[in-house]
Amino acid sequence: MAEIRIEGVEKTFGSFTALHSIDLTIRDREFMVLLGASGCGKTTLLRIVAGLETAGKGEVWIGDRRVDHLPPRARGIAMVFQNYAVFPHLTVYENIAFGLRMKKLPQAEVDRRVRSKAELMHIEMLLKRYSGELSGGQRQRVAVARALAMEPEVILMDEPLSNLDALLRLEMRAELKHVLAESRTTTIYVTHDQVEAMSLADRIAVMNAGRIVQADDPVQVYRNPAARFVGSFIGNPPMNFLPASRTEGGWRVAGQTVPGPASGKDRIDFAIRPEDLILADGGLPATVRVVEPLGPHTLITAEVDGAPFRAVLDSDLRVAPGDRITLAPNPDRIRWFDPETQDALT
Amino acid sequence: MTGATTAAAMPDVRRSGRWVFRAGIALLCAWVLVPIWLLMVNALSAPAEVAGFPKRLWPSFDLGSLTFFFRFRGVAEALWNSVQVAAVTMVLAIGLGAPAGYALSRFDFPGKEAFRFLVIMTRAFPLPLLALPLAVMFIRTGLDDTIVGLALVHATLALPFAVLITYSLFSGIPVELEEAAWTLGCSRPKAFVKVVLPLALPGIAASAVFAFVISWNEVFAAAVLTIQNRTLTAFLLQSLDVSPLHLKFAGGAALVIPALVFIFAVRKYLFAMWGIANR
Repeated sequence: MAEIRIEGVEKTFGSFTALHSIDLTIRDREFMVLLGASGCGKTTLLRIVAGLETAGKGEVWIGDRRVDHLPPRARGIAMVFQNYAVFPHLTVYENIAFGLRMKKLPQAEVDRRVRSKAELMHIEMLLKRYSGELSGGQRQRVAVARALAMEPEVILMDEPLSNLDALLRLEMRAELKHVLAESRTTTIYVTHDQVEAMSLADRIAVMNAGRIVQADDPVQVYRNPAARFVGSFIGNPPMNFLPASRTEGGWRVAGQTVPGPASGKDRIDFAIRPEDLILADGGLPATVRVVEPLGPHTLITAEVDGAPFRAVLDSDLRVAPGDRITLAPNPDRIRWFDPETQDALT
Repeated sequence: MTGATTAAAMPDVRRSGRWVFRAGIALLCAWVLVPIWLLMVNALSAPAEVAGFPKRLWPSFDLGSLTFFFRFRGVAEALWNSVQVAAVTMVLAIGLGAPAGYALSRFDFPGKEAFRFLVIMTRAFPLPLLALPLAVMFIRTGLDDTIVGLALVHATLALPFAVLITYSLFSGIPVELEEAAWTLGCSRPKAFVKVVLPLALPGIAASAVFAFVISWNEVFAAAVLTIQNRTLTAFLLQSLDVSPLHLKFAGGAALVIPALVFIFAVRKYLFAMWGIANR
């Protein structure tokens, strides 16, 4: 059992607050992704859990042990670093065996674990090599095998795929998901890549400016962003936003009346994902600016109410720049945000 | 029109530029090599040939001068003193310099920049200025004319280099390697021994050799602070006006050759000191 509880963790660097009182619980065997732009504090949070950074305030629990005062070696974690951190003076075999030798395990057990993890990561033919003789992808595999060989309660991954080229990243992503699911460890995985986050995570914690904005399963995060930031950060192209003002029987958005939440405010934000729009009468009037056919669908950048507005339409539809069209939002998928607090309204 | 002239002028300019470049290289090589050549030719010639002129391009490989030098009274002792002082200097410089280099590369502490500056500043004080007060202090504490006393002064001279070389050395070792070792069950000291030290060892050895050479070559402090226990440099300086020419050349060669060999062996780490990558 290795549930990770982060309670009120704060971190400052000089006058800069990197983390504002973070509370997060990662369930046993859960794959949690910390997602955010660079500088949002996700790596700092991971390093605090690892013990490589000390929190200014707050507690970190792994299982039923409070670990924030323990050194990394006593926390029952293993970590995979962005630049792999494969020891250059040791062979692949000795790299994977490194932590096991520190634990003073018998040689037979070391050998068994090294070989099984090497096989799992498909590097059994590289065991005698040094890291200088390996490609980036192979080094990444060694780093993961080394972490798995520890058979830790918790695996922490700091952007492990970001140094690989695109094709390799795709391959490793699927493999990591499989291997980590098999290993049944609790995982915290840091990335700035939303596709990686969506495809790997049981839950995503979206971070912004040292705060967790939303922690939920990937589809929830995508469909029901808790804050405007989440909607604009996740999804490519991101969510469209338009100002809405109170009117009789709903909210006025780009000249159209749309039913919406009962808010005390006079002005709120209307939001819709580009793929939740169709070309239909009675929708939002738009002027097409750019048409990008992408094969399965066509991406349209239009102007609605003077603001850029994107729609993903069927690629059979013939639209050209300059066309005046009306885009009808799927009423179930419309979301509303408070323009001041940026929070979702229901 | 202008374009054509420029195009025609270019090869000329480039050709003369190349000549200046080559001449510069030749001059620099001569600057370094001619004294070494003179030293070698004279040291490896018979005592009678040394005073002769013109010189031969190739020495006669007569070991008369060298044999005479090594049998000269006091030379063996001076040589042994030199080795001892240099060895103690080496230990002191690395023992104090490597931890300082590690601290500079891994930790942020108040006054770090000032400390780095001060490390270099120690070389700004001319030794003659310090020699007299040092000599007085050494006599009072009984450190004068001892191996350790001189090694202390030499260690002061060698320390800035030891700190800077090891600093760049440790900085070249990614901190993630240490962090990975910590997460894999190492304490901080253990991670240093298991991961950092094996990677840094060749460079630390180079830095030690450099400290050795600095002490080996140092003459001023050695001459001022020792009387009975002269190092080779101090001994040669002392007997400079009374010894025959071939003795001086043989002594010079005996001093220069080890230093040259050592420095050549560790040259790539010395470049690292100036921030040129050592990989």
